[in-house]
Amino acid sequence: METLNNKSVNYKKVKAIKKIFSLTITYLILIIIAIFLAGPFIWLVSSSFKTGQNIYTMNLIPHPFTLANYIGVINFISIPKYILNTVIITVSGIVLDVVLASLAAYPLACMDFYGKNLIFSALVSTMILPAAAGLIVNYLTISKMGLLDTLTGVIIPGAVSVFSIILLRQSYLTVPRELIDAAKIDGASEFKIWYKIMLPEVMPAISTIVIFDFIGLWNSFLWPIVVLQDPNKYPLATALKYLSGQFNYKFGYVAAGTVLSIIPVIIVFLAFQKYFINAVAGAIKG
Amino acid sequence: MENKLKKSLIAYLFILPAMIFLVIFVFYPIVASIPLAFYDYSVVGQSKFVGLANFSRAIHDHEFWVSVENSILFVGVVPPLQLLSILLAIFVNRKIKGISFFRVLYYIPVVTSMVAVSITWGWIFDPQGLLNTFMIKHGIFSKPISFLNDPRFALLSLMFITLWQGLGYYMMIYLAGLQSIPKELEESAYVDGATRTQALYKITIPLLKPYIWLCTFMSILSAVRVFDVVYVLTNGGPGDATMVTSVYQFQKAFTDFNFGYASAIGLLVAILTTILSILVFIYGGRKGGMSYY
Repeated sequence: METLNNKSVNYKKVKAIKKIFSLTITYLILIIIAIFLAGPFIWLVSSSFKTGQNIYTMNLIPHPFTLANYIGVINFISIPKYILNTVIITVSGIVLDVVLASLAAYPLACMDFYGKNLIFSALVSTMILPAAAGLIVNYLTISKMGLLDTLTGVIIPGAVSVFSIILLRQSYLTVPRELIDAAKIDGASEFKIWYKIMLPEVMPAISTIVIFDFIGLWNSFLWPIVVLQDPNKYPLATALKYLSGQFNYKFGYVAAGTVLSIIPVIIVFLAFQKYFINAVAGAIKG
Repeated sequence: MENKLKKSLIAYLFILPAMIFLVIFVFYPIVASIPLAFYDYSVVGQSKFVGLANFSRAIHDHEFWVSVENSILFVGVVPPLQLLSILLAIFVNRKIKGISFFRVLYYIPVVTSMVAVSITWGWIFDPQGLLNTFMIKHGIFSKPISFLNDPRFALLSLMFITLWQGLGYYMMIYLAGLQSIPKELEESAYVDGATRTQALYKITIPLLKPYIWLCTFMSILSAVRVFDVVYVLTNGGPGDATMVTSVYQFQKAFTDFNFGYASAIGLLVAILTTILSILVFIYGGRKGGMSYY
């Protein structure tokens, strides 16, 4: 009897040790992957506090520690101005997309009208058919509108995305029809139904769109360099490329500028990380 | 009938604001870029119709074909390797303390601009950068490798950076897929005596198929369009070792201001891309992969 008990105690012990061992391995692997994926940024932050002489060293703790790179880069380029440009582009882009897409997707999901299928297939086909020279034609259009070198010219070509319309249509489809029918019996207009009943129902899809637009617009790079000539109007990503071109011999400045450009987006991401992660899942389930 | 007419009117009022933008900036460019390719377009003077001259120039343009080749290499390498995110997703799909902290950490490259990512990796890959310093210190390299200036490594380095940035994004999609698989399925497989690898191949991977197709499709599209990382780090160089179609077209259009020729290149690339996406679409669709993407 005693030996049996001993055995089971031993067995439990072995199991517990095994569990601790496998957990340790798991965390070890998690940390190694974290170093791989976040390490470059940590090294960048540490480099931004290093002096010119020791900028290439691998030491993670900057010694001597200096703020000279930050002071230098802030004196050279006006970071707040670039942040303001980026905020203008991002916020107006998001607002336009949310308003226009949520309006357009509603009848595509919930109303029966002439040409519905045609419009819907046209929208879907733009997601597969690449515009051969979309960049060039849009540049010419913006130029004809007299909007070259303006933030408006940066914003309006992407004012509404087909992806958002399709995502929202999918989301409207899941709203129970009884809700609409009940409102109709009460004599509500289509606009009122959309605004009062449908919009609150599709809020999860809207938050998905806000997040995708935020990442896309905040980091937009190609279209701004096409439209904007005056570096003072650049958004952050474009300004960063400009900075690295001006200062490729002074990595400290570029590192500090890069860190400053990443901070806002990291803060927003950390504050809303739950939504970010749900957004990816939400976009797939539609 | 009259009711439907009235309804259509209301429907179009909802669609109209978005449609104005879509017509000007999405539909019009698809149509208008085609005639552009047949002109010697001049920004200031008179544009001249040149027939197929732009296309025959493209066909004889060595650098264009190099860019097509590099883009195909990009599409051939990056999307298949993107599947590694599945392993990452399976690994983080467990309930242990602090796991969401790690998931958030892995997602940081995704929210960071490609320009910032490129600059960071550009310095890691520099002959005097972190990687070379480390490798030489530990005697793995005898002399520094100039990853971005050596034609043998430049394109591979750019592919690596692209993959690195996308890893967390695809991980999250696969994670959503994994979490939609009912736990009972795997558990019952274990009860029936299946090993972990068997359960992975027989249950997890087949159920992840729609997600695998979605990620492959997205990854192919972004590999075809790869621009930022190339433009920031090598601008097609050294020589034309990393020239891809998007950068070549951009240079022809906005460095040389040769809009006609750039449009012809774009059209040729568009035809290739459309064939590719239809193939993926049909293949993925037949396998029951994608519902509406």
